[in-house]
Amino acid sequence: MSTIYDHGAPGRRAVALPELGQAEEELLARFPPSLRRREGPRLPEVSQPELVRHYTALSRMNYGVDTGFYPLGSCTMKHNPKLHEDLARHPGFTELHPLLPAEECQGALALLWEMGECLKGIAGMPGITLQPAAGAHGELTGMLLLKRWLEDRGELGVRTKILLPDSAHGTNPASAAMAGFSVVSLPSDRRGMVDLAALEGALGPDVAGIMLTVPNTLGIFEEDILTITQLVHEAGGLCYFDGANLNAYLGRARPGDMGADVFHINLHKTFSTPHGGGGPGAGPVTVSEALLPYLPVPDIVREDGKYRLVWDRPKSIGRVHPYFGNTLVIAKALAYILTLGDEGLREASAGAVLAANYLKAKLKGTYRVPYDRLAKHEFVLSGEGLGDGVRTLDIAKRLMDYGFHPPTVYFPLIVKEALMIEPTETEPREVLDAFAEAMLRIAAEARDHPELLRDAPHTTPVRRLDEARAVREPWLRLGGGCVG
Amino acid sequence: MNPYLPHTAEDVRAMLDAMGIPDVEALFSDIPAAVRERYRPVGLPPRDELAVQRRLIGLAEDSTGRRLIPFLGGGLYDHYIPPVVGHVLSRSELSTAYTPYQAELSQGTLTWMFEYQTMICELTGMEVANASMYDGATALAEAVLMAHRTTGGKVVLVPRSLLPHLRAVLATYAWGAGLSLHEVPYGEDGRLALGRVPDGTCALVVSQPNGFGILEDLTGLKDCLGRAFLIAYANPIPLAVVEPPGSFGADVVVGEGQPLGNPVSFGGPLLGFLATRMAYLRRMPGRVSGRTQDREGKAGYVMTFQTREQHIRREGATSNICTNSALCALAATVYLAALGPAGLRRVALLAYERAHALADRIAALPGYGMEFSGPFFHEFAVRCVDPHGAVAKLRRAGIAVLPPSFLHPLGIEDGLLVAVTEKRTEEELDRFVAALEG
Amino acid sequence: MIPRELRYTEDHEWVRLEGDEARVGITHHAQQQLGDIVFVELPPRGKKVQRGERLATVESVKAVGEVFAPLSGEVVATNDALVGSPDLVNKDPYGQGWLCTLRVTAPGEADALLDAAGYEAFVQRSG
Repeated sequence: MSTIYDHGAPGRRAVALPELGQAEEELLARFPPSLRRREGPRLPEVSQPELVRHYTALSRMNYGVDTGFYPLGSCTMKHNPKLHEDLARHPGFTELHPLLPAEECQGALALLWEMGECLKGIAGMPGITLQPAAGAHGELTGMLLLKRWLEDRGELGVRTKILLPDSAHGTNPASAAMAGFSVVSLPSDRRGMVDLAALEGALGPDVAGIMLTVPNTLGIFEEDILTITQLVHEAGGLCYFDGANLNAYLGRARPGDMGADVFHINLHKTFSTPHGGGGPGAGPVTVSEALLPYLPVPDIVREDGKYRLVWDRPKSIGRVHPYFGNTLVIAKALAYILTLGDEGLREASAGAVLAANYLKAKLKGTYRVPYDRLAKHEFVLSGEGLGDGVRTLDIAKRLMDYGFHPPTVYFPLIVKEALMIEPTETEPREVLDAFAEAMLRIAAEARDHPELLRDAPHTTPVRRLDEARAVREPWLRLGGGCVG
Repeated sequence: MNPYLPHTAEDVRAMLDAMGIPDVEALFSDIPAAVRERYRPVGLPPRDELAVQRRLIGLAEDSTGRRLIPFLGGGLYDHYIPPVVGHVLSRSELSTAYTPYQAELSQGTLTWMFEYQTMICELTGMEVANASMYDGATALAEAVLMAHRTTGGKVVLVPRSLLPHLRAVLATYAWGAGLSLHEVPYGEDGRLALGRVPDGTCALVVSQPNGFGILEDLTGLKDCLGRAFLIAYANPIPLAVVEPPGSFGADVVVGEGQPLGNPVSFGGPLLGFLATRMAYLRRMPGRVSGRTQDREGKAGYVMTFQTREQHIRREGATSNICTNSALCALAATVYLAALGPAGLRRVALLAYERAHALADRIAALPGYGMEFSGPFFHEFAVRCVDPHGAVAKLRRAGIAVLPPSFLHPLGIEDGLLVAVTEKRTEEELDRFVAALEG
Repeated sequence: MIPRELRYTEDHEWVRLEGDEARVGITHHAQQQLGDIVFVELPPRGKKVQRGERLATVESVKAVGEVFAPLSGEVVATNDALVGSPDLVNKDPYGQGWLCTLRVTAPGEADALLDAAGYEAFVQRSG
C-alpha cells in the first residue's frame, strides 16, 4: 500500500502560488534566530496528476454508502442526498467568518435558528444548543448540564452517580466520567430491557440521573419507558436520552413526551449527512424546562425578523464549541428535514423499521436471535454455534467477499458474538434480499466449509490484518516506525 | 412523500406479508400508546428539491458579511484552498464511509490517516499524532485533561493572551473535571510573562502565535515546569518557518487545523490536531491508524491502540471522543501534499510579508500604532484612538475586521486585530490603508 | 491446564505461595478469553495493595483485563520481561508469563482462595 510519500520527486508541486515580493532568505532573516525553523517539515513533493491518482487509488480501496449496502448497527448509514452536499458548499456558508458581527451573518444565524426550531419540535423539548460537534460531544454537554443543575440546587457532590444499562454505548460511561460522575451499570432483564427491580434498587439520594438509549442497542423499544423516567424523576434525578437511534421513531414519538430532560441528536445518522470516514458530524442537544438556564452561550434569538446573539445567561455552563457548532453539517441536515417534512420523516422511520424486521424474519431461522421481539430500526443476532470454531468476526469478513459492508460486531456487550444489523430505509428490497441470501449462504459455508470464513476476506485489497502486531510493534507515522 | 425511500406500495405489501404483519403501524405497537398519543408534528410541509435549493441558497446569500474583504483571524483564517482538495474530498468512497472499523474495506481511509499523522508530527516536531479532534479548542481541552490524568495536578496555567473562545471552551471542560485555570500575564512586548509556577500545576498552555498574533519564545519554558506538561497551541501555517514546539520540549502540541485546506465555514466543521510523545501514547485521546501486515505479509493499516478508547475502556477511556473530523483531516492531508514543503513555506511567507507591509503602513498613519513590540506572524494588534470609527470606515470600503470587543477579554480596549493571508492582494491592502486615511 | 499446586481466584488469577511470598499471574483460561496479549501494565515495586484492589492490567487488541490482588501485600518483584514480550502471558501463563510477586501481609486470606479442583468447577459453571 503506497503512501503519498512514495510518489513524486524533490521540487515537484501541485499548485501554482503567487511570488514573494522579497527573497525568501531576506524574509526568513527577519525572524528572531530562536524562532527560525532549523529543519523544514518533511512533506510530500508531488505533481498534481500524481496527487490525484494517489487519492483516487485510495478511494478505490474504500467502501462507503455510495459503494454499497452498509448495515452498520447504531450508525444509521442511510443515503446522503447529493443536493445537500452542493448547498453546504455555497460560499455564503463556507466563506463566512463566525466572528463577524451578527448583523453581517443574518443568513447563517437564520439557518441555525431554523434548525433549532425544527429539532426542538422533533424532540418535543423547549430548549436547544447546536454547539456539540458530534454525538459524544453532545453527551458530555448533557452531563455538564446535569452537573450545573446539581450545583445550582446545592446537590453537587451529593448526587454523584449516573445509571447506565449494560447495553449502553461506550461513549455514555466515558462522557459521564469526563464530567466527574461515577457510573453504575444496570442489568438488562430477559426481555432485553432495563430491569425495573434493579433500577429501583439502584435509585437513591446519590443518583444524579440515568442515560438511556431509546430504542436500546438491541433495537428494542423500552416498553416501560414512562415508568423508568418517572422513577428516576421521583428519586430526584434527571433522564438523559442518547439519540443515536432516533431513526426508529422519527415522526411518531418524541423524547420530550417520554420524560427526557436531555437528548442528543446525531445529524450524521438520522438526518443523512455523510460520515466522512469518521466525521465531521454534529450532535445538537435539546433540553427540558429544568435545564434551560444552563444551556451553552451564545443563544441565538429571533426578534422582529432579525437574529441576534444573547450572552446574558449567568447560569450557563459556558461554551462547548469555539463558535456555533458544525454549521455546514447543520445546513445539510436542515435541507433533509425541509425536503421530507413531517410526513417524510414519519415515512423514514416506517421504512427503517420495516426493513429491519423484514431482514430479521429472513435470518432468524438460521441465526440465533437472543432477544426475539419486535425490532425497531435494528436488531441483534448471535454468530454463535454456526460451525466449527467459526466466530462472528469470520462472518463479518466473509460478507466482504459477497460485496457487503459487515454489520457492527461484538456490540452490544450483553450478547455473545453479537451481529448488530441496521439496514436503514434507503435500501431497495432487492438489496435486502441479496444481503439475506449472502448471510444464509455464509451460514451454510460455516457448516460445510468453515475455512472459507476463517480465511476471509479473499477479495479485498488486503487480507485479514495482524492487529496484535500493530500494537506490539507500533508504526504510527513515516520516519518514526519500528522498521524505519 | 419521502424521496429517498425506494419501497413501492408493492414492496411494502410483500415485506409485510413475508412477516405476517398486517400493516406498518403494527411495527410500532411496542411504543407505549400514551407516548404515541402525545406526538405532535413539527408543522413542516414536504418540499421539492428546487424549493429546498431556493431556501438554502437564499439563506447563504442573506449574510452580508460574505461580500466583505476579510482581514479576519482570531483563530480561523482565509487561506487559498487549491481546488484539487475539494475534488479529492468529493470521492464518495471516502466521504460516505463510516469510521474504519473494518480495516479490509477501509484501506483508503486508514492510509490517509497514517499520512496525516506523519504530516502533523513533521509540522509540530512531535512523535505521534491522533487522527483528529473536533476543533482546536476541544483539542486543547483534551490535552489539558491528558496532563491532569498524567501528573495529577489540578491547576492549569493559561496565558491572558489566549484567544477568548479557546479559553471559554477550556474553562467549561476544566470545570467538568474539577480543574482551575490560573492566568499568566503578558509583557509590554505582548509575550508570555511566566512567573512562579504554583504547586499542583498540571500544565502550562502557550499559544504559538498568541491571541495578538505575536510569536512566543518557548526557550526554557519546559525547564520551569517540573513534571507539569508544556502544552503548545499552534497555528500550523507558521510552523513551516518557525521552530516547532516539539523542539522546545512540548509534551503535547494541539491546534486548529482549519488553515490547512478547510474553509472558515461559519465556525464549523473545523479540525483539531493533537500530537504528543510516544511515552504518552496510551494517554492520548482519539483514533490512531497504524501500519501492520496481512496474513500474506502485505503491508496494510488498522485502527490501533483501541483499548484507550471509549468503545473498549468505557468510563476508563482517555476520552469520550468517537466521531471526529476525519474529512477535514483528509482536506489537510491533501492540502499539505499539494503544497509540499516549498509551497507551505511560500504561503507562510506571503502571509508574513503582506501582514508586515500592511502593519508598517497602518503604523505610519496619524493616530495609529502597534499595540506591542514583539515579533508577529500574519496577525497584529493595532492601537488606535477610535477603533469603532476605524471599523466603520473599513466597512464602508467593503472591508471586514474583527469587532474591537474581541480584544476586550485580553485586556485591550483601544485596539483592532488585523489578519492578512496570501489571498489579500496589493489592491486590497491599498484599499485598507485608504479607508483609514479617509 | 490447571496446575494442581497453585491456588486461584474467581477473577482468574493464580497464586503460587512460597513462604511469605506469593507469585501472581492470570490463568490459561483468562489469557485464552483475552486473546493475543499486547500490553501488560505492572505495578511499581514497593506498592502496597489490599486484597481485591487493582494490581495490574493485561490488554489484548480489543479487550482490557484488570488483574486484582488475590491477597493483601507489598509488591516485591515484577516480571519486567513482559514489557518487551507481553505474549509470554499467552505462551506460558503459569511460568514465564507471571506478573508479580507479593510479600503477603495477611496470610490468613489465602484460606479463601480456590484450589485447582474448585477453580476448575468454577470455570465449568460459568461456561
